[in-house]
Amino acid sequence: MALSGGAADRGSHSMDKSITLPPDEIFRNLENAKRFAIDIGGSLTKLAYYSTVQHKVAKVRSFDHSAKETDGDPLYEISVQEEITARLHFIKFENAYIETCLDFIKDHLVNTETKVIKATGGGAYKFKDLVEKKLKLKVDKEDEMTCLIKGCNFVLKNIPHEAFVYAKHADSEFRFQNTHPDIFPYLLINIGSGVSIVKVEAEDKFERIGGSSIGGGTFWGLGALLTKTKRFDELLQLASKGQHTNVDMLVKDIYGGAYGSLGLTGDLIASSFGKSATTDKEFSKEDMAKSLLHMISNDIGQLACLYAKLHNLTRVYFGGFFIRGHPVTMHTITYSINFFTKGEVQALFLRHEGYLGAIGAFLKGAEEDNPNQYSWEENYAGSSGLMSASPELNPVQRARSGTFDMLEMDRLDRQLVNLPLLQDPTSYIPDTVDLTEDALAREYWLYCFEEALDGVVKRAIASQKDQPEAVERAEKFRQKYRHKVQTLRHQPFAYGSLTVRSLLDTREHCLNEFNFPDPYSKIKQKENDMALKYYLKVVTSVEELSWEQRQFTLVKGLLAGNVFDWGAKAVSDVLESDPEFGFEQAKQQLQERPWLVDAYNQWIERLKGPPHKCALFFVDNSGIDIILGVFPFIRELLVRGTEVVLASNSGPALNDVTNSELQILTEKIAAMDPVIHAALKEDRLALVQNGSSSPCLDLSRLDKVLATVVRERGTDLVIIEGMGRAIHTNYYAMLSCESLKLAVIKNSWLAERLGGKIFSVVFKYEVPSKAQGQH
Amino acid sequence: MESARKNRPPFPWFGMDIGGTLVKLVYFEPKDITAEEEQEEVENLKSIRRYLTSNTAYGKTGVRDVHLELHNLTICGRTGNLHFIRFPTAAMHRFIQMGRDKHFSSLHTTLCATGGGAYKFENDFRTMADLELLKLDELDCLIQGLLYIDSVGFNGHPECYYFENPSDTQNCIKRPCCLDNLFPMLLVNIGSGVSILAVYAKDDYKRVTGTSLGGGTFLGLCCLLTGCETFEEALEMASKGDSTNVDKLVKDIYGGDYQRFGLQGSAVASSFGHMMSKEKRESISKEDLARATLVTITNNIGSIARMCAVNEKIERVVFVGNFLRINTVSTKLLAYAMDFWSKGQLRALFLEHEGYFGAVGAFLELLKSSDDA
Repeated sequence: MALSGGAADRGSHSMDKSITLPPDEIFRNLENAKRFAIDIGGSLTKLAYYSTVQHKVAKVRSFDHSAKETDGDPLYEISVQEEITARLHFIKFENAYIETCLDFIKDHLVNTETKVIKATGGGAYKFKDLVEKKLKLKVDKEDEMTCLIKGCNFVLKNIPHEAFVYAKHADSEFRFQNTHPDIFPYLLINIGSGVSIVKVEAEDKFERIGGSSIGGGTFWGLGALLTKTKRFDELLQLASKGQHTNVDMLVKDIYGGAYGSLGLTGDLIASSFGKSATTDKEFSKEDMAKSLLHMISNDIGQLACLYAKLHNLTRVYFGGFFIRGHPVTMHTITYSINFFTKGEVQALFLRHEGYLGAIGAFLKGAEEDNPNQYSWEENYAGSSGLMSASPELNPVQRARSGTFDMLEMDRLDRQLVNLPLLQDPTSYIPDTVDLTEDALAREYWLYCFEEALDGVVKRAIASQKDQPEAVERAEKFRQKYRHKVQTLRHQPFAYGSLTVRSLLDTREHCLNEFNFPDPYSKIKQKENDMALKYYLKVVTSVEELSWEQRQFTLVKGLLAGNVFDWGAKAVSDVLESDPEFGFEQAKQQLQERPWLVDAYNQWIERLKGPPHKCALFFVDNSGIDIILGVFPFIRELLVRGTEVVLASNSGPALNDVTNSELQILTEKIAAMDPVIHAALKEDRLALVQNGSSSPCLDLSRLDKVLATVVRERGTDLVIIEGMGRAIHTNYYAMLSCESLKLAVIKNSWLAERLGGKIFSVVFKYEVPSKAQGQH
Repeated sequence: MESARKNRPPFPWFGMDIGGTLVKLVYFEPKDITAEEEQEEVENLKSIRRYLTSNTAYGKTGVRDVHLELHNLTICGRTGNLHFIRFPTAAMHRFIQMGRDKHFSSLHTTLCATGGGAYKFENDFRTMADLELLKLDELDCLIQGLLYIDSVGFNGHPECYYFENPSDTQNCIKRPCCLDNLFPMLLVNIGSGVSILAVYAKDDYKRVTGTSLGGGTFLGLCCLLTGCETFEEALEMASKGDSTNVDKLVKDIYGGDYQRFGLQGSAVASSFGHMMSKEKRESISKEDLARATLVTITNNIGSIARMCAVNEKIERVVFVGNFLRINTVSTKLLAYAMDFWSKGQLRALFLEHEGYFGAVGAFLELLKSSDDA
C-alpha cells in the first residue's frame, strides 16, 4: 500500500507531485461522497466522508405456484439485485500529502452537492485557505474537544473491542475490553501539546474538569532542547533505549534503600532530573529522554487519578498525539495509573483514537442524517486495523510512515441491542477462545482459514457461473483475504481480539467487497428443495413413536441436521464428493451417548414438567438442518403449548438460512403441516431476524425488534444451535433463563481440544440459579 | 528545675536533616553559660561553639542563615539562640571527616538525624567518626518542628505569612499572619521531590501523595538547559526571564480565550510548547528557559496540591521546603494558583523557616529523649 508504483501512467496533473495515490485503494467510493469532514493535526490529517456503496445482494422470492405444482421447479427464485448501503470512510495520512490528496479528491468528486466541509484540529486554521481553494468547499470550524468526545462516544458504542488495556510484557500486548452496554460516565484524558481532562456523562453532556500544561508539547519541546533531537518519534525512540536511573534521584539514592515506613520502594523516583543538579557529568541523550518520558507520564497519570478519584470514575481513556499508537507512552502511562491507583483504575486506550476528531466533526455535519440513530459496524475488508506493535518487534510499523490508514464503517439497516436475557451484559464475552492470547489455537485457525481459501474461491466462482469476470473478482478476493490472514498472523490484535468469529466475519466482508454477496445461494436453494420433500415423512415417522422415543429422535434429528454444514471443512469435503449423503447416514455418524457434553437426561426431566412459555431458537444452516432438524423439534414444542420464535440471520453467511429464506420455507411447511399452519396463524410461531450476517452470534448486538419480541413474549428458553453460534461463540454465555446449546463438532482439531473426536455431540442444558434468575 | 537539669542532654545540642540535595542543621547556642560552666566546658565543645557562631560560611559550601536565627529561646531550662545551617549533601563525607577530626565522639552527645541520609550515611558516621545516629522519621520531625517554630514565633513576629491580592501582581503583598488553629492542614514539602501530607492533629497525619517534580527537577533541568551550577544562579536567571517565550499559551493556539471551556488566553496550554519549533529553540535565552522551568514545576506542584486539598476537603495549604528559599516567583505563583483555580476557596500559607523544620524536629527529639530518661 506504499505510495510508490503506478505513478508513471497516471494523469499528467500528478507529474509534478512527489507522490501519487493508488485511488482504488485509498479514497474509495468518492463518486458518491458527501458530507466531508477534516481533522488536521500537528502531523497527520484525517479525512472523513459519507458515501453510498452499491452492493450486489442475493434476494429470494417465492414463485407463484398457485397454477400448477411441478416436481422439477425450485421452491423459490434467487435474483441478484443492486442494493445501496451507507458507508463512512475515514482516511489518515501525513500532512505532507494534504495538497496531493485534496487535488485527488477534487478530481474525483462528481455527484456531490456538498457545499461545506467540517473542520477541526489545530491545523484546520492553517490549512483553511488551501482546503477552500482546492475543494471549493466552505470550511466550517468545529470545536476540537466537542468533536473528540462525539467521536469517542461513537466508536465506544459501535465498535466492539474498541478499548484495550496495554500490557508490554504480556503474551498479547493488547487486552481488549468488552464494550459496556452503557458507555457513560467516563473520563477522557487527551494528551496533545497540553493535557485536557474531560468528564463525559452523556452523549451531549461533558465538561473539561481539569488539565495540565505538562503534556506532549513538553516532552517534545523540552526533549528537543535537552537532546538536540527534532522529531517526536525519534525522541520516543531515544527514550526507549535510555536508563532514567542515571538522571533521576531515586528513593534509594537518598535513603540508601527503601523508605519502608511509607512503603516507598528504593527504585521509586524521588526527584526527576535530581542527579543532573548534583553531579558534574555528561548525561546521555537516551537517559535524559527516558527520564523526561517518565516524568511527564507519571505526572499525567497522577493528575488523571486525582480527577478520577474526585469524580468517582473508573473508566479512564487516554488519547492525543502523545499516546497515539506509541507502545512506549502507553506503557509508561499504564504503569503510572497502576502505581497511583494501586491497580484500582486501568488505563484504557482506543483502537481508533486517531480518528476521534474526524469522526466527531463528521457527525456534527451529518446531524440531519441522524447517524446516531443507527448501528454501525467496522468493515474489516476496508479498514487497515491497528498497527501499533513495538517497532523492534514489528518492522511493518517502521514502514508505516508514508502509508495511508483507513477505517470504514457500514451503516446497518437495523439497530442493534443486547439480548435482554443475558445474565450480566457487562461481563458477556461472545467468543469462547481469544486467539490473541491462545497462540496454539491461533496458529491452527489461521492455517485452517488459509487452507479453506481455495474452496471458498471455487464456490464463489461457481455461484456466478454466468458472469465471466467473476473469476477475476474471486482472485482479488483471494488476495485480499490471504493478505488479511497474513496480517493477522503478525498482528492478531489488528481488529480487536482475534477470534474464529472475526476470521469468519472478515471473510464475509471480503466476499461482499468483491460482490460475492451469497456464494451459497444456489446450494441452499437445492438443499431446501430436497429437504422439503422429506419433511412430512420425518414428521409422520416421529409421531408414531412413544413420548420418550420421540424426544430422543427429535434431538437426534436436530443434531444430525446440524452435521450438514458447508462451513465446516470436514463436512464440505464429504458433501462435495457425495451429494447423496443422507439424513439417516448423518445420524449414524453422530457420537453415541453419553455425548461429549451430555445434559440430555436433565432436559428430558424438564420436558416432563410444565411447558415453557416461549422458546427463542437461533437457527443455523439451510436445508436438512432447518427443515428436517429444527422444524420437527419446534413442532413438538408448539404442540406442548410453547410459543416459538425462530431467529435467523438478516444477511447471508455461508449456508446459514437467512430470514427471507426462512419466511418462504415456513410458508411451504405451513402449507403441508396443519400444526405449523395453525401456529403461524395464531402467532404462536414467529420469525424474526437477528440483525447479523455472521455465521457466529454476538448476543450483545442483536436486532432491536428481536429484543422487543423476546421481552414481550416472556421468553423462558433460549436454544442456540451449531458450532458457530454455540461453540465458537456463546459456549460460556450465561443467560437469565433456561438454555440449550447444541452442536456437532465437525472439526477434529476442535473436537480433540474439547476432549472428543470428530462428530462429537455437545448437548448443554443450563438452568440459571434461582437468585440470579430473579434479576 | 533540678530534674530538668539532671535529665537534659549534655551540650552540644544539634538536630540534623539529611535530604537528597541539602543537609539542614540546627544548633542551639546556650547564652546563659555560667563562669563555672565555662570552666568545666571541654575544649572540644568550646571550639565547636566558637566555630559555628563566629562564622556564617563553612568551607566552600556551608552557609549559616543568619536572618533566620531565633534569639533568646528557652528550652529545657536553658536560654540561647537557635542557628540554622545548611550545606550540600554532596559534602556529607567531608562533614563526617570534620566530626572525626574534632573528636566529636568524645563529647558523648546523641546525634539526632532525620531525612533519607540518616539511613544512607549511618554506617559512614559509625565507621568514619565513631558516631551513632539516632534516626528519626522525616515526616514526624517535619510536623513537630513546624508546630514548635510556629508556637515560639519568629523573634516576636509570626512565623507564618500569606499573600494579599494574590491574583493581582501589582498589589500582591506579603502579610504575616498568626494561625489560631492550624488543623487540618495540607502540608506540601518541596525539597528535591515533593511530599504532600494531610495533618489533622499534632500526632495525626497521613502522606497523601508525592511527586518527583520538585526542587531537584527545577535545578537539574536548569543545569542541563542553561549550564548554571547553583540554585541561587538558577533563580537569578529565572527572575530575569519570560516564560511566555518558551511556553505555549491558550491564546497562542486559539487566538484568545478558549471560551467553550472557560480557559483564559493567558493560561499556559503547553509548558515548553514553543520549543517544538526549531527556530524558537535557536533564539531562546537562558533566562527565559530558567523562568519557564521554574513556572512549570511550580504550577504543577500547585495543581497537584490543589487537587489533594479538594480530595481531602482541606482549605489550608501550607507550603514548606527549601525550594521556596529566596524564591518569591514560586511563592507568589503558588498563592495565585491556589486562589485562582479554587475561586478563592483555598489559601496558600508559607513559613519563614522553609526548609528547616525537619532539622528542628530532630533537635526537639534530642531533648525529648532525655526528658523520657
